[in-house]
Amino acid sequence: MHEWALAESVIKTAVEHAARGKLRSVSEVAVFLGELQSIDKEIFAFALAELVKSSFKGLSGCKFRLLAEPAAFKCKACSKEFTLKVLKKTEEEAENIHFIPEMAHTFLKCPRCKSPDFDITAGRGVSIKFIKGEA
Amino acid sequence: MANLDPRPSVIGVRLSKIKRMIAVTGWKGGIGKSVTASALALLLAKKGFKTGLLDLDLAGASAHVVLGAGGAFPKEEMGLEPPIVAGVKFMSVAFFSNNKAVPLRGANVSHAIIEMLAITQWGELDFLIIDMPPGINDAALDVIRLLPRAEILAVTTPSVIAHSVLERSLELYKSLKVPVLGVIANMERGAGDRSTTARAVCKRPLAGRRAGNRSGGVRLRLDPREGEPRLLAGRVRYDSALEKALGSPDKILKTNFAKDLGKIADFMFCGMPEL
Ligand SMILES: Nc1ncnc2c1ncn2[C@@H]1O[C@H](COP(=O)(O)OP(=O)(O)OP(=O)(O)O)[C@@H](O)[C@H]1O
Ligand SMILES: [Mg+2]
Ligand SMILES: [Zn+2]
Repeated sequence: MHEWALAESVIKTAVEHAARGKLRSVSEVAVFLGELQSIDKEIFAFALAELVKSSFKGLSGCKFRLLAEPAAFKCKACSKEFTLKVLKKTEEEAENIHFIPEMAHTFLKCPRCKSPDFDITAGRGVSIKFIKGEA
Repeated sequence: MANLDPRPSVIGVRLSKIKRMIAVTGWKGGIGKSVTASALALLLAKKGFKTGLLDLDLAGASAHVVLGAGGAFPKEEMGLEPPIVAGVKFMSVAFFSNNKAVPLRGANVSHAIIEMLAITQWGELDFLIIDMPPGINDAALDVIRLLPRAEILAVTTPSVIAHSVLERSLELYKSLKVPVLGVIANMERGAGDRSTTARAVCKRPLAGRRAGNRSGGVRLRLDPREGEPRLLAGRVRYDSALEKALGSPDKILKTNFAKDLGKIADFMFCGMPEL
């Protein structure tokens, strides 16, 4: 359930965003869940709902939109672009990538040239697409 | 609006119950940063301080080898709880890499460090010791940026090369107003039992101490300017028995290396209340 730690970071970022923009309330937060990290959407949604209860009051009516973001890669050595589907990994390797997505460079390789030197161009982990609120 | 990275916001929360953070560095490679960081964590834990050890050398993770932390793994609980190895809460990328290489470019090193800092639940600690990679690179800059409370404990060896690199690092830390706790002169040869300056324990720690002693023929010029407090915290002997003790915390604590380091720790931290 390390999802909780990341959910807490989303709540904290929303609260800080509200404070900076002098918002009275936050109505909507859109969160990308990158395919590579394979965050459990249900646990993440539950954690957000629980954490909101003990957070800034202006967040109580907030809708959290959790969006799946497909992972995409581009090899730096041979320029091949590829997706997660073509990559093989064991359950243990997937678990390690779940904790630290950069472990992809340890366990995954470019399908064409076998290089671990690729960019994760999309769908790495948790990021916030937007935060909406009322002043 | 570009995508926001939520993780940095929570790092301060994760570190909020840590009294002191000490980054063991020195910029030069192979000078004993990892053995110093690991043994210092073991010594502090043995004295009864709540101690953590974080290995931030992703490419050359070593602290798990020093501690012999092979079988340990963090516990998943609202994040990751570091396993306790010989009394030390320990976190390293080595838990996740299955003993394989971690070939990361700089930006990815940063990503991985932020991830580790955001999900690791250290709880209450008196000390978090950080084993730094060599050089002034992403990890070093991230520590300055993300852990502004971290104090530098620099390691050097009796070599003009190590001293030259050290002086440049101290200059930069000074200009960035990063607190420097002191410098440990490691691998000192023939220094016998008087290998540490930590004799007048607790009297004006780090200030007014003479660093201009001879060490292996190389003059330590840790801070050449007049009137500046000298930074030498102490000397640690070259100990040929250290290699055989690696992997066993009990054996490490019995080495002359740990003995010298223990005196320095007493000297540096004797103001801290023990538990
Ligand atoms: N005082 C000492 N006496 C004997 N051996 C030592 C001493 N200090 C360090 N060593 C040995 O030197 C080697 C390098 O030490 P260590 O790995 O801690 O250096 P490092 O600065 O962390 O290296 P890197 O830059 O690769 O991270 C190790 O084999 C260690 O056991
Ligand atoms: Mg090292
Ligand atoms: Zn390729």
